[in-house]
Amino acid sequence: MTTTISASHAAPALGEGPPAANRWTGGPTLSGGLTAVLGAIGLALGLSVIFGQPRHLQIDWLVPLVGVRLDLDPLGGIFIAATGAVAIAVGIYAIGYSKREHWGRFPLITLPLFVAGLLLVPAAGSVTTFLLAWELMAAASLVLVLSEHQREEVRCAGLFYAVMTQLGFVAILVALVVLSTAGAGDSFATIAANSDHLSSGTRNAVFLLTVLGFGSKAGLLPLHAWLPKAHPEAPSPVSALMSAAMVNMGIYGIIRIDLQILGQGHASPQWWGLTLMIVGAASAVFGVLQASVATDLKQLLAYSTTENMGLITLALGAAALLSSAGAPTVAAIALTAALLHLLSHASFKTLGFLAAGSVLAATGLRDLDKLGGLARRMPVTTVMFGIAALGASGLPLGAGFVSEWLLLQSLIHSPHDSNTLLALAMPLSVGAVALTTGLGIAAMVKAFGVGFLARPRSAAAEAAHEAPASMLAGMSLAAVACVVFAVAPIIFAPSLQRVLAVLPTVGGDAAGPQFSTILRLPGVAGSISPGLLAVALIITVLVALGLARWGVRHRPAPAVAPLWACGADALNSRMQYTATSFAEPLQRVFDDILRPDTNVEVTHFAESQYLVEKVTYQARMVDPVEQRFYTPVVLAVTTWAQLVRRAHTGSVHLYLAYGATGLLIVLLVAR
Amino acid sequence: MSAMAVVAAILQVVGVLFAAPVVVGGMRQVRARLEGRAGGGIGQPWRDLRKQLRKQQITPRGTTVVFALAPAVVAGSSLLIAAIVPLIALGSPLDSTADLFGVVGLLFLGTVALTLAGLDTGTAFGGMGSSREITIAALVEPTILLAVFALSVPGQSANLAAIVSATANNPSQLVSPGSLLAFVALCIVIVAETGRLPVDNPSTHLELTMIHEAMVLEYAGPKLALVEWASGMRLTVLLALVANLFMPWGVASADPSLLAVLIGLASVAAKVIVLAGLLAAGEVFIAKLRLFRVPELLAGSFLLALLAVTASYFLGTPTS
Repeated sequence: MTTTISASHAAPALGEGPPAANRWTGGPTLSGGLTAVLGAIGLALGLSVIFGQPRHLQIDWLVPLVGVRLDLDPLGGIFIAATGAVAIAVGIYAIGYSKREHWGRFPLITLPLFVAGLLLVPAAGSVTTFLLAWELMAAASLVLVLSEHQREEVRCAGLFYAVMTQLGFVAILVALVVLSTAGAGDSFATIAANSDHLSSGTRNAVFLLTVLGFGSKAGLLPLHAWLPKAHPEAPSPVSALMSAAMVNMGIYGIIRIDLQILGQGHASPQWWGLTLMIVGAASAVFGVLQASVATDLKQLLAYSTTENMGLITLALGAAALLSSAGAPTVAAIALTAALLHLLSHASFKTLGFLAAGSVLAATGLRDLDKLGGLARRMPVTTVMFGIAALGASGLPLGAGFVSEWLLLQSLIHSPHDSNTLLALAMPLSVGAVALTTGLGIAAMVKAFGVGFLARPRSAAAEAAHEAPASMLAGMSLAAVACVVFAVAPIIFAPSLQRVLAVLPTVGGDAAGPQFSTILRLPGVAGSISPGLLAVALIITVLVALGLARWGVRHRPAPAVAPLWACGADALNSRMQYTATSFAEPLQRVFDDILRPDTNVEVTHFAESQYLVEKVTYQARMVDPVEQRFYTPVVLAVTTWAQLVRRAHTGSVHLYLAYGATGLLIVLLVAR
Repeated sequence: MSAMAVVAAILQVVGVLFAAPVVVGGMRQVRARLEGRAGGGIGQPWRDLRKQLRKQQITPRGTTVVFALAPAVVAGSSLLIAAIVPLIALGSPLDSTADLFGVVGLLFLGTVALTLAGLDTGTAFGGMGSSREITIAALVEPTILLAVFALSVPGQSANLAAIVSATANNPSQLVSPGSLLAFVALCIVIVAETGRLPVDNPSTHLELTMIHEAMVLEYAGPKLALVEWASGMRLTVLLALVANLFMPWGVASADPSLLAVLIGLASVAAKVIVLAGLLAAGEVFIAKLRLFRVPELLAGSFLLALLAVTASYFLGTPTS
């Protein structure tokens, strides 16, 4: 039985890097160092804005007519700080990574530019500046995605990404132009002040367009399709920046425009919150389902990004719905959950992609079906990925636990006396979140258990070596952040409070959850203490280990024995469960949603139809949303393009005639 | 938090520790008698533990620290749950560190540790067991959290002491549709999580059907003893928890006297005996489900839990 699941991944340019003329010896250190320094500046600036005064900066000469306007407030500050923190870890990691992978000039120069764009987006204080920063970020990330453009898959992913990101940009552009026209101003502050006067039609149009545009950046359904293509094909430090920092900008846009600016004065209609919740829940469940059957390590992480952005959007939608239903206290919990999950996702996803990158650099493999046995060969990377996977699975002691707990608490504590909508939406959301968590655990167990434990499934995995020191240092920083989120989220409480205070959705003055050693919820009964829980678990595990020492005096000396092979000679690594076989039960259970492309060919003997010579089985996981929604659109566009092409014959005379006719028509119309 | 509450919490942990093999032995004995066999006696699991703990420590070649630590993580998480939940008295010193969601998380932490151990061996059996276990766990999670939701509606909190005392103060809500549906859903979940029939057969070693046993196939001697002890603890603590969530009588208050603690101990023991007996007797009459029929069972229990929540929303009597 042959099972081909993921596209085979060509070894990265280990020996066959770009020609030496294109190489730049001091480049990696300079580029990575600059990235880390930019990150440190961003982190410091973000923190100073969160805890200090808002800052304004107007540079008139930089852009004609309107100038560049930067407004830093706590909401932008927390995104700047998060991006900065990610960039520090990625920058340090990139020093070793780009040296090892022989990056050319373009990616080395673009990496700091990308970080600069990422830091500028949440700092932008006007529509023009925002759009410029957004394009800098999008274009820089596109260049970085294409840095291994020798490979066909990379070019394909790059094209897909370019089209999707520019279509998203069009939606954002139209939305912001409408908003700034109706709000009579270019700066966000003016628009927010005038937002009372916006008609409900304008508000709804802006809401829908921004959800579409920012949703595509955040990888939300149904515009997520670029994410699982571009993130795996980009170099791993870039994947980390994209997955942990760039997608956050989509969430930032939704919070800034829809919750803050449009939420000023008016209570948003209930269907806004409901739309966000539905989109979020669908993205979370779909993303995690794809992640649980994915066999490409980086694609798995990319789908997990869609999942987590879905959870964050669900929390934002719940906050909006709860606040329009008149429950600002519970809405504050939901909003805290969204922000905390955003931050913790940034930490564990950075770590996950960096660890996957060091596996890729060591083995040239992303296919989990060919990995395995890395725990003995790359112990530090294995521990790092373990921390990231624990965080992504939302279990206690993991970075994602507290935020998911807060989300669940906000969902179960909604007021339900009179509101039928809440009484139906909240239980279904709890079901969606729970299914997401359950499948997320399965996906992460698969990634860690199949990829890093057991025995190597290929020669490349067998020959793996630990990553160089700078890569390990970058990962360690992210790992420390993960551990802090897991056991002491109290550290982030003051900054989250400051951000909540500037958001009108929760009434501005509603208190968020009381973080201390024991995290208590405001107004409702509920508490948890991740730190104490971790200590207690360590104690009870030690107790259990002590129990197992009972009778140790009677035992013979410990021994190492071969594995049980059912009486046969020996086990080989082909007999192990692979990622495909591990996910097979889930794939069967969710067959109706996943719709894998399976192909069974039975070859009969020539002599008899009843005897089978061989059976070939091929299964390929395809993205059903992409198949249903994207393929028809692409086909229609191609058909139209073919039709239009008939007018382009290549004859210069004809083109001149077109020009003359066009001019005549314009003159006639404008007469 | 009084000194007696601390004593009660320690008593809960020690009680689960010592009672677990007895509960397993008792269930096997009930089953044996109903099937017409003599059975090994209630004390047999204890004798097995003593024997295995004195055997040689054998490490399968190529396994890592994950394999070595997994049994301790399962046992540790079960013991921690025993310390948190109100089995004997309400005011456990750890009550505010984790609510029912936290307890569910700890339960899954144990499951994940064991599935990783199964994968770590690198054998077909280990992978097979892990794959099946994690599939079931993933499908159980929605039911379990919705059941928690349904339980938290009357007490307005997911903290265990609040749930138990809300039920004790207002016993009439036990016969409400929401509560009954949640009870059934939670029972199915516990059957699935502890690997009992009809989801998994704890006494099978047939590769086509086994789940839990396939994961732990490579364990031997003292480690196997810890694995079995831990799965006994898990079963015991979950039975005791569901007993107290739906029959909260006899549970001592947050500031108990010695007598109240003793009454609490006796009552929880009685409840666990009754529930374990019923579960064992029920298992005699059902066969194991095919693996791919299990999702149907779990989808059914999910629906029950969803109905439980909506019922408690629309029909629930508001409590102060």
